[in-house]
Amino acid sequence: MTKVLAIEDVVGGLESGMTVGIGGWGSRRKPMALVRAICRSSLRDLTVISFGGPDVGLLCAFGKVRRVIAPFVTLDSIPLEPWFRIARQRGLIEFTEYDEGMFMFGLLAAAHRLPFLPTRAGLGSDVMTINPDLRTVRSPYSDGEELVAVPALTMDVALLHLNRADQRGNAQYLGPDPYLDDLYAKAATRCYVSCERLVTEFKEGPVQSLLISRSMVTGVVETPGGAHFTSCEPDYGRDEAFQRAYLEATTSADSWRNFAQRYLSGDEGDYQRAVAG
Amino acid sequence: MSRADVCVVACAETFRGDGEILAAGIGGAITVLAARLARLTFAPDLLTTDGTCLLTADVPALGADPGGVEGWLPFRDHLWLVLHGRRHVLLGASQLDRYGNSNISCVGDWSRPKSQLLGVRGVPGNTVNNPTSYWIPKHSPRVFVPRVDMVSGVGYDRPGRGRFHDLRRVVTNLAVLDFATPDHSMRLASVHPGVTVNDVLENTGFPLTVPDEVHQTRLPTEDELRVLTSLDPRNQRAREVPS
Repeated sequence: MTKVLAIEDVVGGLESGMTVGIGGWGSRRKPMALVRAICRSSLRDLTVISFGGPDVGLLCAFGKVRRVIAPFVTLDSIPLEPWFRIARQRGLIEFTEYDEGMFMFGLLAAAHRLPFLPTRAGLGSDVMTINPDLRTVRSPYSDGEELVAVPALTMDVALLHLNRADQRGNAQYLGPDPYLDDLYAKAATRCYVSCERLVTEFKEGPVQSLLISRSMVTGVVETPGGAHFTSCEPDYGRDEAFQRAYLEATTSADSWRNFAQRYLSGDEGDYQRAVAG
Repeated sequence: MSRADVCVVACAETFRGDGEILAAGIGGAITVLAARLARLTFAPDLLTTDGTCLLTADVPALGADPGGVEGWLPFRDHLWLVLHGRRHVLLGASQLDRYGNSNISCVGDWSRPKSQLLGVRGVPGNTVNNPTSYWIPKHSPRVFVPRVDMVSGVGYDRPGRGRFHDLRRVVTNLAVLDFATPDHSMRLASVHPGVTVNDVLENTGFPLTVPDEVHQTRLPTEDELRVLTSLDPRNQRAREVPS
């Protein structure tokens, strides 16, 4: 059975107030076409779970975010994400700030249907102070060690971008790093995968590159260039010039209006045409 | 020989004796050069990466592709390795206090920061799980503060730091610091050539333990300088520490 959808079908099925996990890492293999579509929608008050990059930034820029759950938000080659900074410094969003390892354990817990997983990461740091709901557990064995009980990062929806997918929802990464995408798929009630190319048969890459199983996937969208301006190795690298332009656009209200008008006022096709110049 | 050369070698020295573990240099050219220089000279068993997820079989120059790959360390396994502990990380910090608490999260009140920085990244877990050293390219009272705004990396005075907490050294453009004091507060270990003890004290915003005799940071050997030139032919290290 085909699960192929259009971008607008995916976003049309989301609701304000949902918890949305976004795959990739920093400014790498982010489902930006889906993120851009959320920016165009009337959705709001989202809780966004992400190893954050410009996905978080753009959603903040368009006022879609109530809370960010993340260990960082970065553009990688540009260390600080400008819109996330603005949103934090203006007090526009709530922030659940976790250590990276804690964050992964939260995803693992959710993927295994566990309420929490214990770890040392976070102990002794202000992560425990700024998240007053975090609890610790004591090992029931003779060591008696106290550990952080990282709560499961369950989510209503996961949005991922992979290199290839088939119409049944199986998806493949061809770059060097799977990131934590499979965990998002397993931690979510519904998972939508956008891909560079829909294929009828997976002929590239070894069997280990089939990261996402159709049993975890609700819908698939073909969005060539759908990770732009983040990287999608080996199909394309990060568009560093565009990323710099994005950064520069955030320096004044005027420049942002111009940038948004030029790139983000139409649909995904308009965006891709504007990028191609 | 430049100040940057001295700094790279002082950073590389943090990895001496580490054996067959990952030397992870994070942020900037000098941390990466330090790991690679150590591996190419006095610590040949170290593992190093290409800056992404490849463990390189040889030790390429900055920006160059490795001649071969000996392992795969995607983010999920890198996060595992932190918890496992067979890794020594050399990383930056926006603020550091006397006990080695570090901040990379934000400046100002966390609830509405004056300046949002990266977020804590993996630093809380790094500091309680694997050996950690810091590289500070500009030693100043803005970095060396009495109290960090948000404890991202865990210092020696924090309850809960646990049994694997192991802060080793802080290398700066002026000096090498360590925690070899009874209460693990920061101590001046050596000053770089051309730097006085006063220079360091004036640029440190908290009381620093100064031993009776302060040594000079050791100079790079000729062999190390030759290796460094081949690893960094475009002299990116000088951009981090101008002479």
